[in-house]
Amino acid sequence: MTDQQVRKDDEIAEAQTQAVIDSAHLEGLEIKSLTQWQLARRKFFQHKLAMTSLVILLLVFLAALFADFIAPYDFAEPDVPNRSSPPTFEGQHYFGTDKIGRDYFSRTLFGTRTSVYVAFIVASVSTVIGVIIGGVAGYYGGAIDNLLMRMTDLFLTIPFLAILLVLSAFLGAGSPVRVAFILGFLFWTGLARIVRGEFLSLREKEFVEAAKVLGASDSRIIFRHILPNTLGPIIVNATLTVAAAILVEAALSFLGFGVQPPFPALGVLIADGQDSLTTLWWLATFPGLTIVLIALCINFVGDGLRDAFDPKQRVK
Amino acid sequence: MTEPVLSIRDLVVEFDTTDGVVHAVDGVSYDVHPGETMGVVGESGSGKSVTVMAALGLIQIPPGRIVNGEVLYKGRNILGLDEDELRKIRNKEIAMIFQDPMTSLNPVFKVGDQIAEALLVHDDKLTDDAARKRTVDLLEMVGVPNPDRRFDQYPHEYSGGMRQRAMIAMAMANQPSVLIADEPTTALDVTIQAQVLEVMKVAAEETGAGTVMITHDLGVVAEMADRVTVMYAGRVVESGTVDEIFHNPKHPYTLGLMMSLPRVTGEMQKLLPIPGNPPSVISLPPGCAFHPRCRMSEGRELCRTKVPELVEASPGHMSACHFPDEVAIEAKREASVTGLEV
Amino acid sequence: MGTFIARRLLYSIPVLLAATILVFFGMTAVTDPISQIRLQPNVSQQTIQNIIDRKHLDEPVVVQYGFWLRDVFFNQFGNTALGDQPIWPDLSRAIGNTMQLVFISELIAVVLAVVLGVFSAKKQYSFFDYATTTISFFGFSVPIFWFALILQALATWFFLETGFRLFYTFGQSSFAPENAFIDRIQHMVLPIVTLSYVSIATYSRYQRASMLEVLHSDYVRTARAKGVKERVVTMKHALRNALIPVVTIAALSFGAVLGGAVITETIFAWPGMGKFFIDALIRGEVYTLMAWLMVTAVAVILANLVADIVYGWLDPRIRYD
Repeated sequence: MTDQQVRKDDEIAEAQTQAVIDSAHLEGLEIKSLTQWQLARRKFFQHKLAMTSLVILLLVFLAALFADFIAPYDFAEPDVPNRSSPPTFEGQHYFGTDKIGRDYFSRTLFGTRTSVYVAFIVASVSTVIGVIIGGVAGYYGGAIDNLLMRMTDLFLTIPFLAILLVLSAFLGAGSPVRVAFILGFLFWTGLARIVRGEFLSLREKEFVEAAKVLGASDSRIIFRHILPNTLGPIIVNATLTVAAAILVEAALSFLGFGVQPPFPALGVLIADGQDSLTTLWWLATFPGLTIVLIALCINFVGDGLRDAFDPKQRVK
Repeated sequence: MTEPVLSIRDLVVEFDTTDGVVHAVDGVSYDVHPGETMGVVGESGSGKSVTVMAALGLIQIPPGRIVNGEVLYKGRNILGLDEDELRKIRNKEIAMIFQDPMTSLNPVFKVGDQIAEALLVHDDKLTDDAARKRTVDLLEMVGVPNPDRRFDQYPHEYSGGMRQRAMIAMAMANQPSVLIADEPTTALDVTIQAQVLEVMKVAAEETGAGTVMITHDLGVVAEMADRVTVMYAGRVVESGTVDEIFHNPKHPYTLGLMMSLPRVTGEMQKLLPIPGNPPSVISLPPGCAFHPRCRMSEGRELCRTKVPELVEASPGHMSACHFPDEVAIEAKREASVTGLEV
Repeated sequence: MGTFIARRLLYSIPVLLAATILVFFGMTAVTDPISQIRLQPNVSQQTIQNIIDRKHLDEPVVVQYGFWLRDVFFNQFGNTALGDQPIWPDLSRAIGNTMQLVFISELIAVVLAVVLGVFSAKKQYSFFDYATTTISFFGFSVPIFWFALILQALATWFFLETGFRLFYTFGQSSFAPENAFIDRIQHMVLPIVTLSYVSIATYSRYQRASMLEVLHSDYVRTARAKGVKERVVTMKHALRNALIPVVTIAALSFGAVLGGAVITETIFAWPGMGKFFIDALIRGEVYTLMAWLMVTAVAVILANLVADIVYGWLDPRIRYD
C-alpha cells in the first residue's frame, strides 16, 4: 500500500512543473553558478518545515537508539503495583501501563527502535536492489528492460500487502531482521522504475556520448557519469521508503504477521492495546502517535529534499 | 495622424521570485494606430511579451505585480479593470496569437469548437449553428482546406502551420481592433513561416486592426512592420519607422541586432555577434543597461552611471542612447569589419 | 468503442496468464498445501494421501499447475485442500461484500479528491491549500489500522457516553434490525471513512499537482485570452485535462485499496475479502489464497481497463477507433 504511495509521490514530483511564472517571463533570468549540490543544500536548509521535521526525527531516533539509558523501565518487566495506570509523571509512566503493569513509555521507546531499525534495513536493501535493477534496465535497455518492466507491471496486479502477508506467514517472519529482509526484497520496484527512467534519459545525453567516444568503460560511465546525476531522486526515494516501511511493518506486525513478541515493535504494541481501546486508551494511542510523528516528519523531510533537488522549483 | 487604438504608457511590471524582484517591464511606452503594424523587437527576457500580457491582465498576480502605468484602449485605461470587464475586452477588442501553436490549443477539444467558443462567449444570442458557420468561414479565410471537415478535428490532427492558422482564425473571430501576435512564427518551420505571415496580413486587412508583432526576428519586422519598438532589459531603447530603424539606427543595441543577422546577398560575410549575454533582470547593471556589451561605451563614465532617457534623436525617431549620433560612425566601422552595409 | 474494449480484453489474457504463473509458482516456492496441513493436529495419514491424490501433488510442479489452471477456469477455483469444500461460494460472497465497501469509498475518494485538488490549485498558497496539504500529509503518515482503531474507539466512546448507537464498529449488520438499510449504513460508515481517507490523501495531491500544471499551460492562457470566464476556464478547459493523471492513479491504486481493505475489514470484522484472506492465511489454505490472489489480479486488470476507457473519453489523442 505505502510502497505505491512512494511511487505516486515521485510521480507527483515529476508532474509538478510548478512554473509559477510563465517560462517566458523568466527566460532572461541569470542562474547563479552554484553547483547542484550547493543549490540543493541551500534550498533544503531554507525549507523550514523540512528542517524542523529533521530535528524532531533526529531527537526521536536518538531517544530510540539510547532507549537502554533513557527508558525508565525495562520493556517487558511489569511494575505490578501500578497496573493499568493512565499516563502520569509520578512514577514516570508517561504513556501509562498495561494490564500487567508494563510501562508503555519504555515499550514505545524500544518499539520505536525496532521499527526504525527495520525501516532502515528495508530502505538500504531496497535501494541497493532498486538501483542495480533499475540501472541495468535503463542502461542496457532492450530485452532486460522489457522483462523488468513487465515484471513490475505484473507485481502491480496483486495487492502488495497480500504478497507481503503470504511471504511473512509462510517464510516465518517474527524477528525484526527477517521482517526487514522480506520487506526489503519487495520494496525496490518503485525505485527501480525511477532509476530506470533517469538512466534511460541520461544515457542519451551528450556528456555520456562523449565519454563513450573517449572509450570509457560501461562501469566508469555508470559510476562516474550517470549515477551521480541520479542521486537526488534516489535519496528522496530512500527517505520516503523509510516512512513507507515503518507503516507497512507496523501493519504487518499489527496483523500478527510481522515482528512478533517478545520483540517490541510499534505495531505489536498497538495490537496489544486493541482490546482495551476505551478503557486503557493510552495503550494504542501513544505508539500510534509515535508512528504518525515519525512518518509525518520523514514525509516532510522527503518533500523538502524533493523540492531541493528539483531544478524546476526555483521560483517561489 | 489617427488616434492610437492602443497606447501603452510607462508600464512597470515586476515579479517576486526566490532570487529577488524581477523588473520584467520598466517604464515601457508605445502606441499602435489602426491598420498599422508595430513590431516589438528584443531578445528573450526583454519584457516584450510581459508588456502585452500585463495589458490584458494575463499575468499571474502574485507573483506578478503591476507597479505603474496605463494601457489606453481607444482612450480608455484598461489596466487594472476587474476580471469581468477585462474578459469582455479580450478577443472581442484585443485578440492574441501565441508563440507555440502546438501547446496553445486545448488538446481535448475540437479545433472548431475552440474557435466557435471565442464567438459564443462574446455573443449570448449566437446559436451554435451560426457559430459553426462563421467558424468554417474563418477557417476558410485563413487557408485551412476542407474547413467543414477540419472543424470536427482535434489539435493533434492538425499540422503546426495549420494550428497557427486556426489560432489566427480564433484571434480574428470577433473583428478585434487590436491583434497581438507574440512570436507567431518562431515555433514553425521556415517554409511555413512565410505562409503564416501572409495569413497574418490577411487577418490584419480583414479586421482593419492595429497589430502588435512581437518578435526577435528582424526579418519578420522588415516584412511586416510599419513602425518598430526595440526593447532591452525591460525598457524601450529605440523606436521609429521601420525604414529609420533599419537604415539609420540610433542605438548600438539595434545596430548589434542587425549586425548579427545573416543575410543572403551572394557574398560571404562575417557575422558580428553582440558580445556578452542579456543582463540579469534582477540586478541590472548601473547606468545604461546595455553598456557592458556596448563597444561605444568603452571608457565612458556617463554610460556606466546615468540611465539614458528615451528622447527624440531625429524627428519621429526615439533613442535611449547617450550618443545616438555616433551609432552611424560605429556602423561604418563595423561595416568595414564585416563587409556589410547597413 | 466496442472493438476497443474487445481488443483490450484480448490483451488482458496474457497478463492474466502471467498472473496465474506468478501466483502459482510464487506460492509453490514459499510453501505447499501438505506442509501447511501437517501443522494441524489430528490429520490422518489417509487424509493427507487423499489430498495428494486429489490435487495431484505427487506429479511434477508444472503438471500440478496445469491441474490448478483447469480448476481455476472450469471449476470455479476448485476445492480447498483440507475440507474439500468448494472455494467459490464463500469467496464470491466475500467479493460482493468487499465491493460494496470499495466502490463506495473509491467513489467518495475520487469525487472529494478532485474537488479538494481543484480548489487547492486554484487557491494555491491559501489557508485552504495549506489545510488540505496538511490533511493529505497526515493521510500518508497515519497507519490505516491505527486510524481505524481510533474511529472505533471514538464511536464506542460516543455510544457509552450518550447511549445512542450512531455507527457500529463491528460486522455488517445487526441481528433483526428495525430498518435493514439504515442498519447497513451504520455499519458501513466507519470502514468507508477509513478506506477513503488514504485514497483521498493520495488522489488530491495528484489532482492538485496536475491542476496546477494545467492552469499554467498555454491552452488555458489561450482560453483566458479568448475572454472565457475564469470559472469555465477551470471547470471546462483545465479540469478535463487535469483529470487524466488522476484516473491513472486511481486505477493503479486499486490493488493498494484492496490491500487496505484487508486491514480495514479485519478491524471492523466486515465479512469481505480481507477477512476471508486473513482467515485463509491463518488456516494455511493455499488454494484459497491462490484463488483470492487471482480474483484481485482480475479486479486490478479490470480497473485498468476501466481507466483506459475513461482516458479515451477524456482525451481524444488516445481515442480508439
